[in-house]
Amino acid sequence: MKGAVVMSLEKFLNQAVSSWMNEDGPFSEIVLSTRIRLARNHNQYAFPTVFTKEEAEQTAQAVSAAVKETGYPLEELKMKDLQGLEKRVLVEKHLISPNLAEDTSSSSVWLSDDEDISLMVNEEDHIRIQCLFPGLQLKEALRRALEIDDALEEHFDYAFDENFGYLTTCPTNVGTGLRASVMMHLPGLMMTHQMNRIIPAIGQFGLVARGIYGEGSEALGNIFQISNQTTLGKSEEDITEDLLHVVDQIIAQEKSAREALVKSSGIQLEDRVFRSYGTLRYSRVLESKEAAKCLSDVRLGIDLGFIENVSRSILNELMIFTQPGFLQQYAGGFLRPVERDIRRASLIRERLEMDVSKDKGGSDI
Amino acid sequence: MIDMMCEQCQERPAAVHLKNIVNGKKTEVHLCEVCAQDKGEAFMNDDSAFSFNHLLAGLLNVSPVMKQSQPQQNHRHTVECSGCQMTFEQFLKIGKFGCPQCYESFRDQLPPILKRLHSGNTVHQGKLPERQGGTIHMKRKISELRSDLKSLIEQEEFEQAAMIRDQIRFLEKEIHDERGGGDES
Repeated sequence: MKGAVVMSLEKFLNQAVSSWMNEDGPFSEIVLSTRIRLARNHNQYAFPTVFTKEEAEQTAQAVSAAVKETGYPLEELKMKDLQGLEKRVLVEKHLISPNLAEDTSSSSVWLSDDEDISLMVNEEDHIRIQCLFPGLQLKEALRRALEIDDALEEHFDYAFDENFGYLTTCPTNVGTGLRASVMMHLPGLMMTHQMNRIIPAIGQFGLVARGIYGEGSEALGNIFQISNQTTLGKSEEDITEDLLHVVDQIIAQEKSAREALVKSSGIQLEDRVFRSYGTLRYSRVLESKEAAKCLSDVRLGIDLGFIENVSRSILNELMIFTQPGFLQQYAGGFLRPVERDIRRASLIRERLEMDVSKDKGGSDI
Repeated sequence: MIDMMCEQCQERPAAVHLKNIVNGKKTEVHLCEVCAQDKGEAFMNDDSAFSFNHLLAGLLNVSPVMKQSQPQQNHRHTVECSGCQMTFEQFLKIGKFGCPQCYESFRDQLPPILKRLHSGNTVHQGKLPERQGGTIHMKRKISELRSDLKSLIEQEEFEQAAMIRDQIRFLEKEIHDERGGGDES
């Protein structure tokens, strides 16, 4: 397995980590990241639903010209120039959508150096501006996205209607075109079985909560994404304000759930955390589900002060780097599912070893 | 009443009656519970049929029952976008518009759909594009001032109310002037 193509884990991570993954943002013990997305279209071209190849090309050129005019240091990656695995990695890092990765004709993504800004071209809409910030930074991320929006608008004729607002391909995005989402780690609420109560309650505020890893209703790694569903009839500020209000309450409830757990069953909780830590440090074969559970436990252990020599970004980073695309990128080629589980175990072991050896080579166990 | 037999198996009485009207052509299917379940499962297992777009399209179809009982509504299916020639019916089916012009072409049909998707809202209250926003900025300001004016009058603050009234007049004149210029070009 250790061929020349395999680069060192440290080097690989240095290249792969986006700023939102390893920087600590506000409330980062519970909120992993904040994302703002704005959907925009050109008023002269058909939407990607029906546009012709020429129109797609013209739209891409119009976006390209506008982006260059703004002076934002963004770099373009054209989907047709990327390998399947490279696209998959971008999807796993949340920089492009699975839809964009599937499309090869004239779609592309413009990325900032530290990957906090990404601009998808010819996905469902002509332009999707996305800002991804660490921790809870709804206002900051919105401000940045609106700045980019203003700069683009100077050189790009948006499809806009006085009554309907910004016109989008799908009627679910019309108006502000804004989707604000907050990614939260909620092990306390899951362990105390409170999420079943919270998810429907959130719906009453025009918001939705869903697991972003894993399929269906299960939320791998106790990670949930809370976002607005309605985009019409409220201002951008009100939408993010309402979301923030709900997120604040969830943070408070998660905190009190954690406190209650420590109080009522502290030693059991500590035991669970260290068993999971042991699994991550010493396993030779790890399925994604088990890895996600253990990563969540260890992250909780770090937040509660049980574990001290492991970096907090471990959950963010490893939830992403242990997905199939990344594992194969790291391995330098295609891996069968069993090989992935072996690869996943060794990547996690190595990553934890990096932290432990940084800690004067000492070991806690 | 004579019990109708299941069309599929001809063994059990029909318990599920499906009426489908496509382009004015009516088809009827009568199935027993067992056969209906089989059919239903076949539909559920068909990934392409159970996609997000189908769910959305289902949501967009405001009321299939109403459509059947009010044949005069049929004329709305003939509405076609002047930009991309997408029909309103096609839009309902795929749940996506073809071009910005669709919003203009389907303007009358959209409010009930938007209400359903956006918690009862049909009018944009958010950001306006700086360059294209034009008179909309002023119109919004006017409606804000009007509600200020109303509450000032209620509080009998007539001096301030007069100032607000002048501001409204000024803005209305600006809009009027801009319109005049715009129409000529």
